Amino acid sequence: MTTKSNSISRSWWWKILAIGMLVYTFIMGFLGPVPAMPIINESIRNLYFHVTMWMAMITLMFVNVVYSLKYLSSGKLYHDLVGEESARMAMVFASAGLITGMIWANFTWGAPWVNDPQLNGTAATMLIYAAYFILRNAITDEIKRARIGSVYGIFAFVMMFVFIMIIPKMNDSLHPGKGGNPGFNKYDLDSNMRMVFYPAVIGWTLFGVWMMSLRVRLRKIEEKIHNA
Amino acid sequence: MNFGKQVFTLIKLEAKLEWKNRQAVTSLLVYSLASIYISYLSFRQVLDPVTWNALFWIIMLFAGTNAIAKSFIQESKGLQFFYYSMLPPQAVILSKIFYNILLLGVLGGINFFIYSMIFQSPVQNNEQYLLGLLLGSIGLSSTLTLVAGIVSKANNNAALVAILGFPLLFPLLLMIIRFTGNAINGYSWAINQSWCGLLLLLNGIIIILSYLLFPYLWRE
Repeated sequence: MTTKSNSISRSWWWKILAIGMLVYTFIMGFLGPVPAMPIINESIRNLYFHVTMWMAMITLMFVNVVYSLKYLSSGKLYHDLVGEESARMAMVFASAGLITGMIWANFTWGAPWVNDPQLNGTAATMLIYAAYFILRNAITDEIKRARIGSVYGIFAFVMMFVFIMIIPKMNDSLHPGKGGNPGFNKYDLDSNMRMVFYPAVIGWTLFGVWMMSLRVRLRKIEEKIHNA
Repeated sequence: MNFGKQVFTLIKLEAKLEWKNRQAVTSLLVYSLASIYISYLSFRQVLDPVTWNALFWIIMLFAGTNAIAKSFIQESKGLQFFYYSMLPPQAVILSKIFYNILLLGVLGGINFFIYSMIFQSPVQNNEQYLLGLLLGSIGLSSTLTLVAGIVSKANNNAALVAILGFPLLFPLLLMIIRFTGNAINGYSWAINQSWCGLLLLLNGIIIILSYLLFPYLWRE
């Protein structure tokens, strides 16, 4: 087991930072000033709790592919463990992002599910990672599972990336700021919202990485008990 | 033997074995004919070109999955086993991919011919549609060949090929349906050439990834 990653996952300063930023996000996210815009109205606050989920999810998927590559080059099972747990955490954030998005869409668009590039991309991503876990569960041998899981993980990540890249070429998005809709990106994301949005992204991402590292440590303890 | 020759030898071997035991190819053909006929019985006629195209690609998807899922099943017999243990894994995967492209390309051509006869073809530009068929066959067979390789190392359950493969095929299917849809509407090449470029790029990415990742599966 590598000692370097352990020391980072056991140090406490970035966990304090994550909690601080999330507390700030919740207070300022619900109470802070937001621009008054038609249709979106106060639901614009979902920016802090929905968009940030995707950022955390993509970071964790990136961790998954990096550790899959590391596993294939090193053959250390620890790398595969981090890869697997980051994919699991990415699925948690994907579900959270989907739920927050569907609640928001139900009020803003009038329906929880519409034919939108982002929604299709999410559906594909979740199916791909569900398949990843099905594949892993189908293999009993530890080393074989790690190797085959890593190969599929890398292939799946690239295909998912291609899908997310090409799908906006197919049809315009209904999302704010896209396809001519009024939104946060171009002119409306004022400095007040930026002051909450960026800390929220960092906070949720750090939170996700923290939970992932806890799961990794839990798995290591389980393994130790199992072997004893 | 240089690399190209190794790949070529393996493709020839694959074709020879397939020819010796024609049952597999025949069953594949019957499978897709039966799917087309079931569609005919349930739809009777397809007037909407979008539905026509989507139905064709769904039939191709299932036929392709069925054809390629068994790519790695008879690998451990006699001469083939000898070649596989002597030649580099890159040659093995490339030969499988090229062989499956041939197989699926021919199957796709036959499917297209029969499908157009049974349901009146709305295709206005047949050359572009056939090009789309070729590009689609390349993408389907290269993706599914790697997935079949993965599954062969897991538990060789054919259902797993569909579970793992379908989500990975979303980008390819979306693009190929757009490309062939343009061919049905008879749009000019100027509109379709960027889609053609993107499809070639995607196929290139898939084949390069298979080339790089397969040795890790093969190593045992």
